[in-house]
Amino acid sequence: MTATESTRRAERTGALGKLGLCAGLLVLLLCAVLASLLFGARTIPFGALIEALTQFDAANPEHAVVHSRIARTVGALVVGAALGLSGAGMQGLTRNPLADAGILGLNAGSALAVVGLVALGGAVSLGSMMLAAFIGAAVVMLLVYLLASIGREGATPIKLALAGAALAVGLTAMTNAVMMVSRASLDEFRFWQVGSLAARGVDTYLAALPLVLLGTLIVLLTARVSNAVSMGDDTATALGFNLGRMRLFGSLGIVLLAGSATAVAGPIGFVGLMIPHAVRLLLGADYRWLMPGSLIAGPILLLAADVAGRVIAPPGEIQVGVMCAVLGAPLFIILMRRGLTGVKL
Amino acid sequence: MIPARTAQTAAAPATRRRRRPVARCAAWLAAVLLLAAAAYIFAGRDALPAGQVLQVLGGQSVPGTGFILLEDRLPRLVVGILAGAGFGISGSLFQRWLGNPLASPDVIGIGYGAATATIVAMIYLGLTGWGLNLAALAGGLGVAALIYWLSASGSRTGPRLILAGLAIGAMLQAVIQFLLTQAQLNTAADAIRWLTGSLAPSTWEKAWVLLIALGLVGALLPLVIRQLKLLELGEDAAAALGLRVGSARMLLVLVAVAMGAIPVAVTGPLAFVAFLAGPITAALTRGAINIGLAALTGAVIVTVANFLAANLFADLSLPVGVITGAFGAPFLIWVLVRANSRGNGG
Repeated sequence: MTATESTRRAERTGALGKLGLCAGLLVLLLCAVLASLLFGARTIPFGALIEALTQFDAANPEHAVVHSRIARTVGALVVGAALGLSGAGMQGLTRNPLADAGILGLNAGSALAVVGLVALGGAVSLGSMMLAAFIGAAVVMLLVYLLASIGREGATPIKLALAGAALAVGLTAMTNAVMMVSRASLDEFRFWQVGSLAARGVDTYLAALPLVLLGTLIVLLTARVSNAVSMGDDTATALGFNLGRMRLFGSLGIVLLAGSATAVAGPIGFVGLMIPHAVRLLLGADYRWLMPGSLIAGPILLLAADVAGRVIAPPGEIQVGVMCAVLGAPLFIILMRRGLTGVKL
Repeated sequence: MIPARTAQTAAAPATRRRRRPVARCAAWLAAVLLLAAAAYIFAGRDALPAGQVLQVLGGQSVPGTGFILLEDRLPRLVVGILAGAGFGISGSLFQRWLGNPLASPDVIGIGYGAATATIVAMIYLGLTGWGLNLAALAGGLGVAALIYWLSASGSRTGPRLILAGLAIGAMLQAVIQFLLTQAQLNTAADAIRWLTGSLAPSTWEKAWVLLIALGLVGALLPLVIRQLKLLELGEDAAAALGLRVGSARMLLVLVAVAMGAIPVAVTGPLAFVAFLAGPITAALTRGAINIGLAALTGAVIVTVANFLAANLFADLSLPVGVITGAFGAPFLIWVLVRANSRGNGG
């Protein structure tokens, strides 16, 4: 059975069935959270986990391990949700199945802005880092769309992807240059630049939460426009949507989501690409289901990638950004080969 | 159909109108190259006394000046010129074959392949000299073979190959970042320096390695360019004209990858040189990309960037890759605008 067929079958699933599938996703998410707390270089027995959560004892090494894993689990929830939904928003608003914060260069823009800020200003607060990440992502997003929409055929998926990738190459070269000139930023950012959940504490992730929630709200509000856009820009306009204004509004949400995720966890690519496609197979192409589904599925992927990265090579670990890229690139190629989503290449 | 479009643009201008600009542009570029090289030797922040420089070049031994000139500046110039020419040829071969100015090897993942292999060889295997060149070549060829195979089914050229390359490139970039976190800070700093691209480690030995390796591959260039012209007519037409399309394509990819990967091992992936040489050449001649001219353009870019890197800031000599990266960015946007407004951006 091809992927398109299963998407079509998902279209026919009733609202109740889709609700059931969402509940299934939530159960899966819960399992992933438990796995993230239990597994790693050292496996914690389930009883000890419950104990650590209910009556925490700082002297107990198992409790300390659980405690340290809570931070990255919270991080995976926040960052995964942000990346998953930002991908769905981008793919919807631009009818571009290859849209992703990594491929379109948004992550590279955020990274350069953050690394540049630290090289210039030394130790900076999380707030200003996030602001820099937003500005970096927003500027690149604007630039990529402007550049790709030049020409007769407008901003086609492949033009967007190429413009994004070319800009990302340049931005990464500049980031490397900054890191080379400033050794302090190298020491801090070579870990951040991979995309890792291990570097920060719970408070950082929670501090990013309000902006992620705001971005989530904005992107969810664009679900109906995205449905209309999927029938073509002309149809969407005929249905009474002001596309220019809605795209600007949606972009604000997308930049908030992608920028926050990059600011706290570093650039993590391919999550925004993989999640909407996976959810589309399950729940169909209706963005009113696809977007909430991506919100749940994003953290599942990130938690799974993080746990896998911890378990593969103990006591060291492979950062979640590397895992996502290694999983995501093959999927990107499969999408391209099968024309899974009706994109003509 | 992208190849067909390229064939049109290549065939459209009358040959006589195109030939003169190529020669004239070549003369201009050669003049700029000489000027930048002379400026780097004679002028600039740590200017050497001109009389002594001429004495050294005349074969006399002058302590101090002789050492700086013979062991530092001249090898840098030679390595820079060779590397720039290699990058220029590599980029323009891909750009012409794929009919897309954005499809240079550094964007479609082949540069990342060479870089990843070199970093592994550098950090984990401790290779130097020829070993690094071979590693870079193997990495570049490996990625080229992979994306070639992945984009198989129907027409291999064009967007599918480019997209596969983008994905592999993104993946390898993550792998490079991962390798950097695994290394000691000092090793990581060296690796980052190399990743940025620098002519500082140039020696005569490396220059010879480059010259011989590029020369061997370059001997195939006339054949490759002849076959490329046929391929640009479209693969069916090329086959009808008696070209064995499969092996011609294979040879083209092999030469293009080698031209880009061999210098990577010495200088690092100098940002944008492979990407920009072809489009700048095309803009200068107002025609299709001329491969020889692109080689010259690549050499000019690196030599000028090398002069700027040494003299732009009073107390800081930057690696040349920082200059090509920083000054390349506006050109990159220019290439994107130009490609998209002509309708061959993807």
